Amino acid sequence: MFIKEYLTDIYKGTKSLLTGMKRTGYYFVRPREIITEQYPDNRETLVMAERFRGEVVMPHDANNEHACTGCTACELACPNATIKIITKFDITPEGKKKKALDTFVYHLELCTMCGLCVEACPTAAIKMGQNFEHSVYDRSQLTKKLNNPGSKIREGVE
Amino acid sequence: MFSLEGITKSLQDWLYLNFNPTWALVIECLIVIVLAIALFAFLGLVLVLMERKVAAHMQIRLGPNRVGPKGMFQTAADTLKLIMKEGLTPDGADKFLFNLAPFVVMIVAMLILAPIAFAKGFQIWDINIGVLYVSAISSLSVIGILMAGWASNNKYSLLGAMRSGAQIVSYELSAGISILCIVVLSGSLSINEIIASQQNGWWLFKGHIPVIIAFVIFMIAVTAETNRAPFDLAEAESELTAGFHTEYSGMKFALFFLAEYINIFIVCAIGATLFLGGWMPFHIGNWQDFNHIMDYIPSSIWFFGKTFFLIFLIMWFRWTFPRLRVDQLLNLEWKYLLPISLFNLLLVTVIAIFGWHF
Repeated sequence: MFIKEYLTDIYKGTKSLLTGMKRTGYYFVRPREIITEQYPDNRETLVMAERFRGEVVMPHDANNEHACTGCTACELACPNATIKIITKFDITPEGKKKKALDTFVYHLELCTMCGLCVEACPTAAIKMGQNFEHSVYDRSQLTKKLNNPGSKIREGVE
Repeated sequence: MFSLEGITKSLQDWLYLNFNPTWALVIECLIVIVLAIALFAFLGLVLVLMERKVAAHMQIRLGPNRVGPKGMFQTAADTLKLIMKEGLTPDGADKFLFNLAPFVVMIVAMLILAPIAFAKGFQIWDINIGVLYVSAISSLSVIGILMAGWASNNKYSLLGAMRSGAQIVSYELSAGISILCIVVLSGSLSINEIIASQQNGWWLFKGHIPVIIAFVIFMIAVTAETNRAPFDLAEAESELTAGFHTEYSGMKFALFFLAEYINIFIVCAIGATLFLGGWMPFHIGNWQDFNHIMDYIPSSIWFFGKTFFLIFLIMWFRWTFPRLRVDQLLNLEWKYLLPISLFNLLLVTVIAIFGWHF
């Protein structure tokens, strides 16, 4: 029936509008819900989300050891040639030659933070860091070497 | 107790004592002009800041908070910026109309200010057809908008102006009928008499459900008339860049911007006068003590409190609802608001004839 439909329309419309107003009114009277981060005022206390992808980093432990085997899986996975792995050959105590990482070159200026390298890494040697303050005055500073000087591969990582 | 009535009366007496009537009138006019412009400037600053703060808090943000304490001087800084900008007139524009349009919009806003009672005995012009005057003048603002849209020589401006025309013309009807409900109940077109008829209770409470319906329809219609979201098709920034004021810059743009906020203030003042008793304090039936306490609050505070409450309501609409399409906009008016308000007017008339209201 037409009149019934008409009145139902009005009722439903009013109800849905009031639902929306209730939500915004709820936020209006509760300033504690505000999610604005007043960066850089709160730089010291800023907490970034766990899943935030700021840059690729290579964690080193206390003995200055990393987990990178120099397999170049990340280099192959990278869609825009951000990573360049330079390998060398170490001599093991048994006298054998073994492939190892010499330099992990990371071009931050090319990186899109897609995280494919982290997924490709078989030994979890690299991960996405939380730092997002990347601006520098010279772009050559954006080409980074991720392994620390003098670092070597951790024992037992193959 | 603080009262504006005493001040205006003693000033008038002093003027008529020291000058001949013509000069006294001229001086009074000058004072009114200065006060009106001061009110406009003040409202422009306060309402824009209020809008931004309300918007921010409804969207879980902080809003402007850098210029001055809690961002209080943000709008003053914005105004300074707009004053310093160049007021460009495009080459293909109709120069005369283009430069005239912002002033037409402002003057219309100023004209509606005349019959509004800001406090007890504080009114620029007490005419006996105040409500009729307001509804007649408020439909003139569409001329300024059409002028701006046509003279800009820009398709976005023209589209925005045309939409605005369709919108204001249609929503004028239901706003007028809602106003008529109160006219029927109070039996007068004069703003002062309508306020006086609410001595023992505001119409919103006295008039049962039909007046509440009329109030809701009035609020929806004036939101549309002032071209505000969810009815801001005239400037729809995502479709028409800025609608009818796309080509305006600097102070001419600021005039349009200011006129929008002045219009909001005025329609909310009308709404407060008709439905919420204007400067009349909140009275409950026979509670003498309670009523006396309420009388101690100055009438100007009552008026501005109610007006700002309604302004807040309109801002609440804006930051909650999405924009309507043109066909939805006209559907809402012609299929819903107009039939409902006509039927509602009938109910109110019956109530008024039989004296069923309190």
